[in-house]
Amino acid sequence: MGNKQTTFTDEQLEAFQDCTFFTRKEILRLHGRYRELAPHLVPLDYTNNPDIKVPLALIVTMPELKENPFRDRIVETFSEDGHGNLSFNDFVDMFSALCETSPRELKTIYAFKIYDFNRDSFICKDDMKRTLNKLTKGELTPEEVTLVCDKSIEEADLDGDSKLSFSDFENMVSKAPDFLSNFHVRI
Amino acid sequence: MARNVNFDLNHPLMEAGLESPVDEEGVHDSFSQLIAEQSQNRGPSDAFELQQLQRQLDEEDRDNVAYLSSPGREFRGRRQGQRDNEWEDDETQTDPLMGERWSSATMRILSSMPSRTIGRNRGAIISQYYNRTMQLRRRRQSRPAIRDFAHSARPSIRGYGMEVDSTDAEASKRDRLVNNLQNLSVSDRVRMLRAMPLNVAEKSELRRLALQKEKRTFSGSQIPCCSQLKYYIIIGVRQSWYSWLSFLHSLQLWQVALKRVSGRFGTGVLSYFLFLKTLLFFNLFLFLVTGAFMVLPQAVHPPVLPAGISSFTGLELLTGAGYFSDSVMYYGYYSNDTLRKSCADDGEVQNVSLSNGTRLDCGSKHLSYNMPLAYFFTIGVAFFVTCIILVYSMSKSFGQSFRIDKSHSILAIKVLCSWDFKVIKKTSVKLMSENICTQLKELLAEVNHKQVNKTRCQRLWRLMVHGLAWSICIASTTACVLAIYYFSDHMYQNLKHLRSVVLRKTPVLNEASLLALPVLVSLINLLLPGLFNLTAWMEDYESPSVRTYVSIGRNLMLKVSVLGVLCYHWLGRVAADPKIIGLKCWESFVGQELYRFLLMDFIFTLLDTLFGEFLWRLFSEKALKRRRKPVFDIARNVLELIYGQTLAWLGVLFTPLLPAVQILKLLLLFYIKKSSVMMNCQAPRKPYRVSQMTTVFITLLCFPSFLGASVCVTYTMWSITPSSSCGPFRGLKTMFQAGKRWVEKMEKDNPNLSVLARAHSYLVENPLFLFVGAGIFLIVIYFHSQVVDGQRKIIGLLQEQIENEGEDKKFLITRLQKIHEQKRTPARRLVSQNSNC
Repeated sequence: MGNKQTTFTDEQLEAFQDCTFFTRKEILRLHGRYRELAPHLVPLDYTNNPDIKVPLALIVTMPELKENPFRDRIVETFSEDGHGNLSFNDFVDMFSALCETSPRELKTIYAFKIYDFNRDSFICKDDMKRTLNKLTKGELTPEEVTLVCDKSIEEADLDGDSKLSFSDFENMVSKAPDFLSNFHVRI
Repeated sequence: MARNVNFDLNHPLMEAGLESPVDEEGVHDSFSQLIAEQSQNRGPSDAFELQQLQRQLDEEDRDNVAYLSSPGREFRGRRQGQRDNEWEDDETQTDPLMGERWSSATMRILSSMPSRTIGRNRGAIISQYYNRTMQLRRRRQSRPAIRDFAHSARPSIRGYGMEVDSTDAEASKRDRLVNNLQNLSVSDRVRMLRAMPLNVAEKSELRRLALQKEKRTFSGSQIPCCSQLKYYIIIGVRQSWYSWLSFLHSLQLWQVALKRVSGRFGTGVLSYFLFLKTLLFFNLFLFLVTGAFMVLPQAVHPPVLPAGISSFTGLELLTGAGYFSDSVMYYGYYSNDTLRKSCADDGEVQNVSLSNGTRLDCGSKHLSYNMPLAYFFTIGVAFFVTCIILVYSMSKSFGQSFRIDKSHSILAIKVLCSWDFKVIKKTSVKLMSENICTQLKELLAEVNHKQVNKTRCQRLWRLMVHGLAWSICIASTTACVLAIYYFSDHMYQNLKHLRSVVLRKTPVLNEASLLALPVLVSLINLLLPGLFNLTAWMEDYESPSVRTYVSIGRNLMLKVSVLGVLCYHWLGRVAADPKIIGLKCWESFVGQELYRFLLMDFIFTLLDTLFGEFLWRLFSEKALKRRRKPVFDIARNVLELIYGQTLAWLGVLFTPLLPAVQILKLLLLFYIKKSSVMMNCQAPRKPYRVSQMTTVFITLLCFPSFLGASVCVTYTMWSITPSSSCGPFRGLKTMFQAGKRWVEKMEKDNPNLSVLARAHSYLVENPLFLFVGAGIFLIVIYFHSQVVDGQRKIIGLLQEQIENEGEDKKFLITRLQKIHEQKRTPARRLVSQNSNC
């Protein structure tokens, strides 16, 4: 608007505004946050779309993600190479999908990807076990863990292949009214 | 999606076995690696999930017992048992197949099944969104007839206009998507783009292509100038809307504070602060409307005030009387005539309101402002708009939290959907993780063990305990209500007595005695919920949500009865005969009462925060030596907010500046509660269903609170005689007459509008209209509830369909494999023979 900023061209900011749930000011603020993760790596001038990726180890030091048990999975899901190195586009993508105005469907798709540890498009028992262990940090006994995983897959599995496909997951999430407010990271 | 999967085994793609059918360049490597491995025959690397399938078949026997024994799942257990039996039959037939590796052809087909590709690779996403944009474009067109579809098409998709997907290359699909995007309206396009689960870079590429095409279309063709103008106007409006949103965001009202609260306490406590923010916006709206249309015009045209205004003493801030009673704050200040700017006499423009009959004919234009009409319509319109906003937000919240299907997957939801991603403080995260652990253990215990049947004796005992608790609550509420009734009567008699006996010695004491009733009511509001908590602790409910609802119900009962008796006192006693207690202007008096109540409520909330939270924490830490801080009681605090808001709505008619007082109060309350919560409290240990609770609170705000306030205000305007010596409605029989008089005057001036006048008199004054309106409303509600029932049945049918589809899938995979094996086996035998030689 009135401020002279040289980080992005107007065209870029408009594209961001149309493709994510952020406004111009928020995109600039996000760029500031991205840059402070690795100031020597990330340039101030993004007008020519430099191909810079911040590694996973630095991203998970952000206060919004530091204590989250799923931080590694979240960052890996949104990275292009699958190893957690985020470019600025991926960074914006991540926080846009997790923001308050993001629709239910988008959040469901990404939640499914996050909980799918072995990336086979199914949440199998092993994925559930790993999710549960991350949630409870080893407070449950192994028998309880197995029992919980078995029972929850049995509850949510509709087509009987004893793992959750995306439609099973979507169906289950539609019955959880708190999903939208829980799956939200404030940046 | 009815995709034409090619089952032709002689297809060159199948034989080649080196390429994957879809472009796997997407966000992850999904199957490309596995396919590559398999096709190069690099050893016994089976497909992961197919291995699982095998293992599942081995474990079927063991699992049967577990499935069938869980109590609430008998139906599903039976189905599972049936399925297992069927599968076992198949297994004996296809046993030799299971030992083999799945062929690369099967793998390839499996990898391109729609359920595996949703959200995973770009090609599938693009085709999915192509279909959606097609649907959006066709929204107003009729659906294709069912006979156009093949009989084998799935029934659920027949009506949706889905085109049969051709196996086009991805590039052309992309072009078609861009074409569709370009043809959508701008807001639809933005919404589609934002909702796509693609990388931002790809989305902006699609957007660029769509805009490019749009520009080309515009520059190329001959567009009439009016639609081009419309295009520019729309673009301009969108730009200004975005800049307005940016501005709002940059204000960052409490963004940082809310983030800190949610980071430490989670979504539950955050909902209280968000509710406070919502109330602030309601009051801001009220304040702007009343300020612009009522307060400002009157403040600019001050009326001639009676002599003998008292000077400003500090007590006014508490009682609202004295110096403030003849100010723009109260109803009595407002004039009942049309405000006019008088013409210049000595070259000076004097803004004086004229008396009723005289009219100054000025040559130049003069602005006239009909104050009574403005007062009446402003209040009416403000309430109407607030009603609409409330009903809209209530229905939206209800839609989000209401689930048609009764939830069976409690455990799965607890594991996958209950982690609050907003919490960022380390200790809170640890606490949340412990909470989830405890809840999971409780759920497991519930699911595993049978429901213990209580003996009749135990049930009778529980019934007695509940009955006792409820009778205590109802008795205490009735006692308090009667106390308020008699005390207000006593005050009333006191005022009557004071008028007859001239007591001018202690005017300050007289004014201070007006504070007695508000103090009593606030004290009751503070202490009685504590009693309700004690009784709830005695009753010891098993389910925490039942406990919350019971507590809300009891508090609500208390507050509604208290407000009811107060309204009776003001409208039934004071307004009925104001002369007895020496009031020239009963509306101002009622306005002052409401101001006092609001203020006392605030002071007592402060005291409660100080004693209830701060001192209790010190006490429990030092004296009781507990490690845990007290819990922030969300339900009780929200009810306090709703009570304060009801008072504000009741008082707008009598005190147009009351929303401003409420705004100040809410602002201060936010900071005080935030600091108190951060210092003294911890997050609730019991599970708190946020969206359900938010819906309940906004429903409570709409139904008892706003409805009650508007009923009172409507009753005041309709039936009660306004005072004859003050206010904008003096001299009229009821306040409502102001509107009626204006309509009559309009009819007199302009006979063409007599139709409007007659319509007005029929519609608004005839009670039949209200009955018919209420009847139609009830019918609409009934129809909607029937629709919901029907949808519930459809959900059940669709779930059965999904289960059947799962079985179909398994069947097809095994058949495919069998056919492929049959084809391959002769060749293999040859190969093995060759290798043996």
